[in-house]
Amino acid sequence: MKAIRKYLHSFLLLELLRGMALTGRHFFARKITVQYPDERTPQSPRFRGLHALRRYPNGEERCIACKLCEAVCPALAITIESEQRPDGTRRTTRYDIDLTKCIFCGFCEESCPVDSIVETRILDYHGEKRGDLLYTKEMLLAIGDQYEKEIAADRAQDARYR
Amino acid sequence: MLNFGETKLHIEIDGKEVAVEEGTMVIEAAEAAGIYIPRFCYHKKLSVAANCRMCLVEVERVAKPVPACATPVTEGMRVFTHSEKTKTAQQGVMEFLLINHPLDCPICDQGGECELQDLAVGYGRDASRYQEAKRIIKDQDLGPFISTEMTRCIHCTRCVRFGQEIGGVMELGATGRGEHMRIGTYVEATVDSELSGNVIDLCPVGALTSKPYRYTARSWELTRHDSVSPHDCVGANLIVETRRNQVMRVLPRENEAVNEVWIADRDRFSYVALHGPERLKSPLVRVDGEWREVDWEIALEEAARGLRGVVERHGPQALGALASPQITLEEGFLLQRLMRGLGSDNIDHRLRERDFRDDEGAPLFPGLGQSLEDLERGDAFVLVGSHIRKEQPLIAHRLRKAFLEGARLAAVNPVDYAFTFDLADRVIVAPSGLPEALARLLVAVSQQAQRALSEDVARYTQGLVPQAADRRVAEWLCAAKRPSVLLGALAAQHPEAAVIRALAAHLAQTIRGTYARLAPGNAAGAWLAGVLPHRGPWGAAAAHRGRSAYDMLGGDLKGFVLADAEPALDSADGARARAALAAAECVVALSAFRSEALDYAQVILPMAPFTETDGTFVNAEGRWQSFAAAVKPAGETRPGWKILRVLGDLLGVPGEGLDSVAEIRAALGTAAQTQSDMHPLALGERAAVTGLERIAEISLADSDSITRRAPPMQASRDHGVAGVFINAAEARRHKLGAGSEVRVAMNGVAVTLAVFLDERVPDGAAYIPAALPQTAALALAGAVSLGGS
Repeated sequence: MKAIRKYLHSFLLLELLRGMALTGRHFFARKITVQYPDERTPQSPRFRGLHALRRYPNGEERCIACKLCEAVCPALAITIESEQRPDGTRRTTRYDIDLTKCIFCGFCEESCPVDSIVETRILDYHGEKRGDLLYTKEMLLAIGDQYEKEIAADRAQDARYR
Repeated sequence: MLNFGETKLHIEIDGKEVAVEEGTMVIEAAEAAGIYIPRFCYHKKLSVAANCRMCLVEVERVAKPVPACATPVTEGMRVFTHSEKTKTAQQGVMEFLLINHPLDCPICDQGGECELQDLAVGYGRDASRYQEAKRIIKDQDLGPFISTEMTRCIHCTRCVRFGQEIGGVMELGATGRGEHMRIGTYVEATVDSELSGNVIDLCPVGALTSKPYRYTARSWELTRHDSVSPHDCVGANLIVETRRNQVMRVLPRENEAVNEVWIADRDRFSYVALHGPERLKSPLVRVDGEWREVDWEIALEEAARGLRGVVERHGPQALGALASPQITLEEGFLLQRLMRGLGSDNIDHRLRERDFRDDEGAPLFPGLGQSLEDLERGDAFVLVGSHIRKEQPLIAHRLRKAFLEGARLAAVNPVDYAFTFDLADRVIVAPSGLPEALARLLVAVSQQAQRALSEDVARYTQGLVPQAADRRVAEWLCAAKRPSVLLGALAAQHPEAAVIRALAAHLAQTIRGTYARLAPGNAAGAWLAGVLPHRGPWGAAAAHRGRSAYDMLGGDLKGFVLADAEPALDSADGARARAALAAAECVVALSAFRSEALDYAQVILPMAPFTETDGTFVNAEGRWQSFAAAVKPAGETRPGWKILRVLGDLLGVPGEGLDSVAEIRAALGTAAQTQSDMHPLALGERAAVTGLERIAEISLADSDSITRRAPPMQASRDHGVAGVFINAAEARRHKLGAGSEVRVAMNGVAVTLAVFLDERVPDGAAYIPAALPQTAALALAGAVSLGGS
């Protein structure tokens, strides 16, 4: 009995047809492949990607060198040095994030009392050498300047929950 | 703590039984029981103000909560520090305190070590109910040490009480009442007390913070290292806080026996120089008149070759070593071991002195002859040639405490200095008059005590008639139970210093008091290590007497080793020292800084300052205080003991078994021959008084190689002003007016300085601050001529 059933299965190509049916179903279904980098998946406004340092609308950098992000960083990726700027305000002279250390936990952004350090939605940055991933204050401010509109929109969208 | 008797009172705090003495406050009793009561205005070293109300606690059978800092315990008292009533009271107080306190913790330097911040987390609400406008106060400039943010002030008045009670100068005060109360100087003025930095530690909030440290670091980033101050003979205990191999700030380390909880501004702010632009970071060798940075091997080889050459050509006696009193005991020991190993006893650290006649009879080391705490219990003091308030601020503080307990003080000084205690009597004379003034006091005392003077003293004092002031001093001095005679820097650099020391010793003996000599820095350690021409370690007599610092700089020595010393800037006769060093064939300088040695040395070896080396300082009590390096030596700098150890190897004075500071200390050993008895100089004739004389004070901001390179110290009011200070009568005699420029000549060297009128200076004297670039060429003592061209 068993032998007959096995024979029929082989003879009628049932397994092949089952496989073809699966292929056929997918062949006609709606495609979900994203043609990265031409297409992108949707991102949450809370996405935690590349860091940026923001400025106030008048161009003044927000960071006041309170060093809370440095203290809270679990990966010790942030290094800050500060001084009194000639105008008497407290400012950083150095603000480095070592992205090879960073684990993108977002604590720095959460701890920041002036919304200066933020994580943007940028995820496709790269470096050719290890050193390229050590982001300095100038680089971070430049990112902030470039994406300020998106950063501000994201914060506004999420403001209710912060 | 007040102590009314031996009776112990039994109280209960949070159910814990405590037995305390009568007169104890509840907060102290709680502390003894290990229970913390929150507080802002209470400080154990200050009087009770009870104005912050943070320490309110519930006491059984008392209707309202009471302030624990101002409530004395009573028998059977039951205190509740965590009850509902206490908590409500403390939360209420916290809410009031936060009404006017700005929410700027992220930019406040106190953030992370702020008492208000900590307690707000424990007792505050999470949101403010306060909607009205907050109070804002304009900041004042309090000088180079303290930066203010008075909007943050919570009016605990600790800084005000510090000035009144500890500093002795009320520089800060509270004006206005209630909401309008503000802390500040009444008129626009800087805070110049030599202990002013302590208000930074006292301030429980960020209203008073350190200016050099401002905005540079956070308390949580810093690593604490224990250290000891090299700047004066107190040996104040320090905490050196570092980050990434850099000293970020210096704080006091509590040691009741030495510095209590205070340190002087010099101890606190000198660190700025340690990472300044003048630091020397690699060995330098002069090649064809040009300085070249070389590696250690070449530099040491060059230094050894130069010194060996001097010994070969001129014999070891042509070699001399000069050290500053800021080097460690171990460095001193190795330096003298090296020199004596080479066959030269020419080694000294007393650059500013010039009278060494009583060397043989000197005690083991210059010291207080008592403990620092004993000073507080003294009841009579005579200061001789001492500006103790600026020389040893913490010893002056002990004297002030004694003064407040009723001690009487007299000064025999060349300048009428203002102290933080009142002088019962003062004798202000030109420097050459000091021995005579002291001798007159001695005669008065011997008459009062009816004790005969020894033969030579009697001969010396012959014909001296004590004046009314002398008799007055003699009267209370002889009635005192614990009198002391303290000799300061102006006595030590006096041309007749040995005579002054002898007279002071006789005076102390006659009044059955203590003779104390206050020397700079680690001088006691230098004496014990044998950095002296006439004595080796532990006071053992040297094989043959070497030449003293003043003698060495006479111009005939061919080779010098300088350890941290800057003789051209900092010796009894700057011009003479510079000439002698320039004339030498080989000068090897060990220095932490690019110093004057660049002008005359052949080799400069970068030596680590106290924060970068292990070592020991001995203070005026004879207390040995060892410390470890707080940071790694900057650049190619090496600890002085390592440099001297290798130099010894290269010069044939091998140092086997001297491979660590502990081993060097062991080699120095214990008292081999303790020469603690003092044999004062046998006095000869009184010297005749000459014309206008110089008074040379080395200000506390210029006292050593580190301090004189620290910008905050240089910006302070304590920094010496290059000028001639004379009194109005003297100015009239020389036809000079304030602000005019005058040519000042001494021993054939002349400089042009501004004239200032200063009534503290006696007739016949010109006060010219020393150790400044402009005045360095002038000798520290001697006749001055003003005017001419």
